[in-house]
Parts: sequence; C-alpha cells; structure tokens
Amino acid sequence: MATTKRPRNRMFRNINAKIAAIPMVLTTLVVFVGGTIWTVVYSFTNSKLLPKLKFVGFDQYERLWSNSRWLISIENLALFGVFSLIFTISVGFLLAVLMDQKIRFEDTFRTIMLYPFALSFVVTGLVWQWILNPSFGIQSIVRSLGWESFTFNPLENPNLVMYGLLIAGLWQGTGFVMCLLLAGLRGIDEDIWKATRVDGIPTWKTYVIVIIPMMRPVFITTLVLVAAGIIKLYDLVVAQTSGGPGNASQVPAMYVYDYMFQAQNLGQGFAASTMMLLSVLIVLIPWAYLEFGGKKHG
Amino acid sequence: MKKWKLAAGLCASVALPSAALATDLEVTHWWTSGGEAAAVAELAKAFDATGNHWVDGAIAGGGGTARPIMISRITGGDPMGATQFNHGQQAQELVEAGLMQDLTEVAERDHWKDIIYPPSLLDSCTLDGKIYCAPVNIHSPEWLWLSNKAYADAGIPVPTNWDEFVASAPALEAAGKIPLALGNQPWQSNLAFGAITIAIGGLDLWKQINVEKNMDAAAGPEMAKVFEAAANARKLAAKSTVQDWNQATNLVITGEAGGQIMGDWAQGEFAVAGQVAGKDYTCLPGLGVNEYISTGGDAFYFPKLKDPEKTKAQLELAALLVSKEVQVAFNLKKGSLPIRGDVDLSAANDCMKKGLGILAKGNIVPSGDQVWSADVQKQAEDLMVEFWKSDMSAADAQAKWVEILKSGL
Repeated sequence: MATTKRPRNRMFRNINAKIAAIPMVLTTLVVFVGGTIWTVVYSFTNSKLLPKLKFVGFDQYERLWSNSRWLISIENLALFGVFSLIFTISVGFLLAVLMDQKIRFEDTFRTIMLYPFALSFVVTGLVWQWILNPSFGIQSIVRSLGWESFTFNPLENPNLVMYGLLIAGLWQGTGFVMCLLLAGLRGIDEDIWKATRVDGIPTWKTYVIVIIPMMRPVFITTLVLVAAGIIKLYDLVVAQTSGGPGNASQVPAMYVYDYMFQAQNLGQGFAASTMMLLSVLIVLIPWAYLEFGGKKHG
Repeated sequence: MKKWKLAAGLCASVALPSAALATDLEVTHWWTSGGEAAAVAELAKAFDATGNHWVDGAIAGGGGTARPIMISRITGGDPMGATQFNHGQQAQELVEAGLMQDLTEVAERDHWKDIIYPPSLLDSCTLDGKIYCAPVNIHSPEWLWLSNKAYADAGIPVPTNWDEFVASAPALEAAGKIPLALGNQPWQSNLAFGAITIAIGGLDLWKQINVEKNMDAAAGPEMAKVFEAAANARKLAAKSTVQDWNQATNLVITGEAGGQIMGDWAQGEFAVAGQVAGKDYTCLPGLGVNEYISTGGDAFYFPKLKDPEKTKAQLELAALLVSKEVQVAFNLKKGSLPIRGDVDLSAANDCMKKGLGILAKGNIVPSGDQVWSADVQKQAEDLMVEFWKSDMSAADAQAKWVEILKSGL
C-alpha cells in the first residue's frame, strides 16, 4: 500500500475534484486554446468565405497595417482606452471614497450608481445616441430654453465622436468600478484608520499614502477588467454610431466582424483578431506577473 | 400515467408535423419593410398553392446582417430550403464548395436561357455551365430622386440632370434646404459614387475599369474627374446627418432636402407617403446624364438537402419564381423590374416605366456584385464612407481606390 501510494500521492489527491474539473479543462483546451491556435494558423492563409489552408505568409498582416480603417480603429481604441481607464478608475475611486463616509441612504446611492451597469451596451448606446442627437437631445432642450445658437452635436463631428462614446462608456462603467473599489475600501482594517488618526495624518494623505497602496490587488483586478472590456469594445459603438461619421469611430472588433462576414474574407478577419489577441496578452501578462508572481515572493 | 400521456403528446407534436407536411420549405430573406413583406407574401401564396408549404424565415437588419447568418447556417450544416442573395459573387464560394443545388434541369426544361432578360442575370447564376440560382428581380442603384416641393420653395425649376442639380445647390441652401441627402451607412456612399461614375465618367470608362479591369484607366485623368465631382457632391451632403437610407429619402419626401442618389427601391418610400411620380417627386435614372441602369438584384439559391422530397419542392419553387404570374405579382408589389421582358407591367408607375424603357433599349451595365468580390466591395465602401464624410483629397482617394481594386484582381 505504502509503496503504491507515495509516488502518486500528488496526482490522486482530491481525485473527485479533479475528475469533476475534466470537462472544463477539456473545454478550455479544445474550444479556447484550440480555437485560438486554429485562428492564428488560418490568419496566414488567403481564406475567403470558407477556410482553406493556402498559406500566403504575412500578406494579410501587411494589408491590415496599411488599411486606413484599421489604423483609425487602433487610434480610436487607444484614445478611448486611455481616457476610459483614467476616468473610470479615478471617478470610481472618488465615488467609492464618498460612499465610504458612513453616509445615510448608502444602499440607495449605491443602487443608483450601479444601475447603468445593469444595462447592456446596446441599450446604453441607443440612449446616449438620443441624448446627444441634436434634434431631440441636449441641444434641442438648451435651445428651447432660449439659447438659440447653442450647438452640441458630438456624434456628427468626426473630431468629437469618440468623446461622445466615452461619455456613454463612463456612464455605464463607473458604477461597477466604484463597487469593486468600495469592496476594497471595506476590506481595510478599521485599526489602520484609528492609527493614522492618532498620528494626526490628514484623511486625504491617509488615502494617498496608506490606503491606495494597500488596495493594490483590487486596483490591479479593476484595471484588468476595465482594460479587457475596452479591447473588446463593439456593441456600444454599433448601437451608438455604427462607426460613423465616415470611419471616425471605428474600433478593431468591428473591423474583425465586417471582414469575416460582410467582406467574406476570413483570412483578413483572423489577422485582425490575432492582433486583438496580442493586445489582450499585452494587458494580461503584466497582470499575471504582478498578481501571481508577486505573491510567491511574499 | 399522466406523465406518460404528456410525454407521448409531446413526442407526437414533434413527430407529426414533419410527417404530415413533408414538403415544408424554409426560405430565408431580408425583405422586412412594408412593401417588401407584401411582395414576399405573393411568393408564399404562389408556393403554397402548389401543395407545398412556405416557411418564412425573414431576417431583419438588411443584407449585411442577414448574409452572415445565412452563410453560417449553410456552412454549419443546418441549411434552409432556399435563401435570397444578391446575384453576383456573394454565394460563389458556396457553389464552388458544392453546397448548392444544381438547377440546370429546371432551367433547361423551362428554357430560362431564352426568357431571362438581360442574359447577364443568368450568367451570374452560372458556374461551369450549370445554373445554381433563380433570379427574381432587378434593382438598379443609379437614380437621382428630387423633391418638387423643395425646388418650389426655393423658387427654381426642378433640375433635369446632375449638372443642373449641382448648379441649383446654392439656391437650395439659401432657402435653408440640404441640397443632397445621404445616409451615414458605408454602402450608401459607395452607391452614390457608383452612380456618379456612370453619369460623369460614362459607360465606356466604367466598363474598362470594372469589366476589363483596366487599372490604368482607374488611375487615369477621366476617373480623376469623377473623384472631383464626388468631392464636390460631398459638400452638398455635408449637412445631411441621418443614418438609414429611408431616413434620407424621408428628407426628400418632406422637402427638407433637394435630392438623393438612391436605388429604385426608394420608390416604395414615396408610394407609402402617398406621393405621385412627376407631381410630388421626380426621378432621373442615370442621374439624368447617361441613362444606364445596372442589373443588380435578388436571386434565390437552394442549398443541397438530403431529403429527396424537399429537393423536389426546391425545384418546383425555382420554376415558380421565374414564372410569368409570380414575376408580375411580386415585382409590382416590390417596385422592382422583372427578370423577363415578356410580361405585362401596365400597372407600373412612371418611374418604373422609365426603368422598363431603359431595360428594353438594352442600356444596362453589370452591378458591382456581379463584377467584384464582396471583399473588394466592402473595402470600397470603407473608403467611400471616409471620403464622403471627411476632407480627404480626391487624388488620395483615387490612389487608395486603385489599390483596393487591385486587391481583387
């Protein structure tokens, strides 16, 4: 008994749990990893409507990176991403701090703040399309109040349209970030607050030098969630602007869909989605390093 | 006991319909607007009368949304009985992969070669001498629709061609109108550009580039003029901020805009609004310059099915779609032109009659879908929507356009 048990000890520990995990492991390997590899391989072919293994090297990538629509998409995503990260996290944290002041009706406020997150991006996009529409949104309301020359029409202006999307994205996402960070704030031991108060450190300084560094894991998780959401940005744009005016609010995910299905050019769509995967990895790898690598040190 | 009865009942409800109506045929299409739905109902009525059953599979959201669904169903092993495509290269790879039913037998029996006019429609359905689709109608995009009211408000006569239209723009703007209505969707910009190409560049140039694929002509000075004209036209459309084509048509109907370049399907919108051709609105095929129309349109394809009963029903439907009665009933409702010249369309309105006249004269060109792949079409749409909605120079746009065409050679 003892001889058979010892070498397989680790393999067979929690055997039931491991058997139960097999379907999920297989799903992950076949569907996610397998699908990913398949996509990357076919991105080097000239597949049109149906996948065909006829390799053309980096042709699809060359075409992709010389396509002005794709370049605009990347620029837009970078702009949306930077602003969205800065504002959701800073505004979300501010709201969480305000919420953490033991205010009355906290539940009510929390619900109100989180409510937009319960709406899908499609609904959010349509609502904001109407709010920003010049003929029955903000512009017409302000004009009907007497300011006849008031103009506020970001969705029709190629230079401003991304900010129109950003407003809708922030409105939808900030509440969720607030909740995550509020949970982080609640996890801070009350004794730390007492200690800083005894030392006479001002509240704002406590937040900056004590609380925020202590909340690092929560911030990193939030960062990854928000960043992953930004990279796959699709439905908000489709609902709010359909990528217009012109190509001014195109995003990479729309390019992938349009070229895979409308243009019947799978190779080009796969090349674009491989580039998106690459950008997700750029976000994920540092996170995994910080999250898991860091812990082992400690 | 009760449970058993329930289970038996459920089984029966699943098994019975398929046994009793063996010739149900699901037909997918993207005709969902009022006039389109009425036209589809005509097809369904005629098909049901043959003893088969038309199961309607309408997919809302236009061809761009519907085609991916149709294609993934066919390639994914869940084919429908019949499906709409625009005839041309959209379904070509599906045919090449052997996923489509060969209709040659029916076509030869009913002499499609002799009756389908123009013959290019049948050519688009033919691959290696075999016929794979049944064309049902012709839609041409090269029309300029003008609002008589807008011109009356501005106090100037309704233009009779594109040059007059451009010249009349300042007067319209002075009267607070948008000279040219244009929706934001990419295909609309591409359609407008195509119409301007035929009007300004002429038929020879168009054929050299799109049929003979002469890239020097595409990069040449004649084409540069077309791009200049389009760059000029985009200034007229600068204030048009609507999204969908029918919203743009609505600007013309209400007289807020002077005109719109749109396909003959716009007629349906004027008809629904109760407007009369010649009195409330004016139509200029070929923008009133070169009266040519392109023979794009819709066709039905029949995916291969295992059940021989269904295959029989498919062939019956194919024959029916081309028949005289169905052609008349369907096209009058749809506002499109029939695919055969020997039918009587005396009930057609003025604009449709203009189209029929041009068709009878043989002034036709192949549509974009017939000469270029979906990939090239999509790239051109992306370029055109950027060109129409930004200040990209005409020369830059032309250079990019030539690159796009080259990718499809």
